[in-house]
Formats: sequence, structure tokens, C-alpha cells
Amino acid sequence: MKVTILQFPGTNCEYDTQHAFEELGATTEIVWHKSETIPADTKLLVVAGGFSYGDYLRSGAIAKFSPVMKAVTEYANNGGKVLGICNGFQVLTEAGLLPGALKRNDGLHFISKHHTLKVENNDNIFLEKLNNGDVVNIPIAHHDGNYFIDSDGLKELYANNQVLLTYSDENGSAKNPNGSVDSIAGVCNKNKNVFGLMPHPERAMEAILGSDDGVKMLEGFLAS
Amino acid sequence: MTAIVNVSLKAGVLDSQGKAVHHALDSLHFEGVEDVRVGKQIVLQLTETDKEKAMVEVTKMCEEILANTVIEDYKIELI
Repeated sequence: MKVTILQFPGTNCEYDTQHAFEELGATTEIVWHKSETIPADTKLLVVAGGFSYGDYLRSGAIAKFSPVMKAVTEYANNGGKVLGICNGFQVLTEAGLLPGALKRNDGLHFISKHHTLKVENNDNIFLEKLNNGDVVNIPIAHHDGNYFIDSDGLKELYANNQVLLTYSDENGSAKNPNGSVDSIAGVCNKNKNVFGLMPHPERAMEAILGSDDGVKMLEGFLAS
Repeated sequence: MTAIVNVSLKAGVLDSQGKAVHHALDSLHFEGVEDVRVGKQIVLQLTETDKEKAMVEVTKMCEEILANTVIEDYKIELI
């Protein structure tokens, strides 16, 4: 299975992401943002984390106009699976492929630490290997991770089971590190083929390094 | 012509930077500040000389990139 990983100027998680998927048996290709096409055999397209264009103007705002994004939008609209991690999530919301927006963290600090998350909806390929209510330990590393969506949008997210993950404590009770609406850490689109989250599952692949809870998440894509 | 674009978070969207600045003003004993909003200003030098056309063009820029209308409002001033 082929996983294509996008690389913008300022992306810095593409090699971690590549390593994580290759450890799981996927073949990978890193595609520079100037490319106007993505490999035809792509089964999953990952918009990796980092600071595309130095977060100038807004996180993800300039990346959405990179040449490759037209192909990404077309791929997503044709049902292709897309995963945005951290800055990738910001890029996908800016591009209109995911609802809502990511604001500056309420505490104004960059937060970099392991955080527990609660699985809210597993009726999608990303989380199908986990159960609703499961608590996973995944690192977060962001300055603009404060998810915002207006109340109508929020209702729609709940109505369609689009809330994937929320920040929680070890017991699954809400614990909000950054001010996100309803402690939301990750969402998907209505068609459940575009996924975005601020935490980094690709950094939680080995127990000896703190957690291997990311394995079950990324494996969901490989099984499909 | 110069276009001055002011982008700020919409009313109702919590502005944490504004809150922090407000708190700092309080600490410095500046009284009488009810609310603080922090935004950004983008200044564009345009070749267009027709105000109406410039307004249409800059509005397009705001909608497409300069502001994220999910969370932000913008105001355009042409001088």
C-alpha cells in the first residue's frame, strides 16, 4: 500500500511520518509541494506536521495555495483518503477540506507534551481499531491548536459523528490543554475520508519512546 | 492607492491575546479599559486607481487568503 506524504517549505514531520508508515509495512513517497500531481497509486495522502511557510499570515494559510493542493482537493473529492496531522490539520481546515479553524492556544504558549485523548467515534477507518471511550496517549506539539467551530457547525459535527478525538485525562474525562471547543482534538469530514488531528500519532509508535498508541490509529488506514 | 486591511477575530470568538494584553494593562494600573482585541494590519500598495475596482479586488483577497472568515472579520480602508 502506498502512502504519499506532502512536503511544504517548513514541514518537519515528513520523515517521522514516513518511518512510522514504513514500520507498518507501507511503501511511502514524499512529494514536494510544487508537484501538480500525486502518485496515481496513492492509497493514503498525509499532510504532515511542521510549520509550512513559517506559519506566516496564519498556520496553513499559504500552503493551501501550493500547486499540489489542487490535486489534493481533487483526490479528496473523489473519495481518496487524506490525513492531516498538526500543521496538516491546519492546512486542511484552511483549504476547506475540513470544517472549523485552529486558533492560538488559549494559554498563548506552545505546548509540547504527551496528552491523553478519548476516542469519540470509531465508525471510520482511522479509528476502527479502537473502541469508543478508549483513552490513548499521544504527543501534542502546537501553538495554534485551539479548535474553533460555530455552534451550528458543532451540532453538525455531532450529528454526523465527525468528532474523532477529544483531549481528556487518563480516565477519559474532558481535560482541555488549549481551549478547543468541547476539547476537540480531531475531526473528519462528512464523507469520512478526510481526517485531521492536532496530536501526533506518528510520534507514538514505540512503547520505549513513551507510547505505541499511535500504531492502532495508523494501522486503520493500512487495513482498508 | 493604498489599501489598509485590518483583520481581527470575530465578536464572540475568544481573543486570548487580547485578554492577555488586557490583563497586562490592568497590572500596569491603566484603568477604564473595558475590552481589548488584538488584530493584524496588512498594508497593500495597489496600482489600481479606481476605488470601486480596488475595493472589489481587495475584498476578494480578504475572502480568499488575507482573512479566515471562519474565525476572522476584516475591514478595508482605501487611501
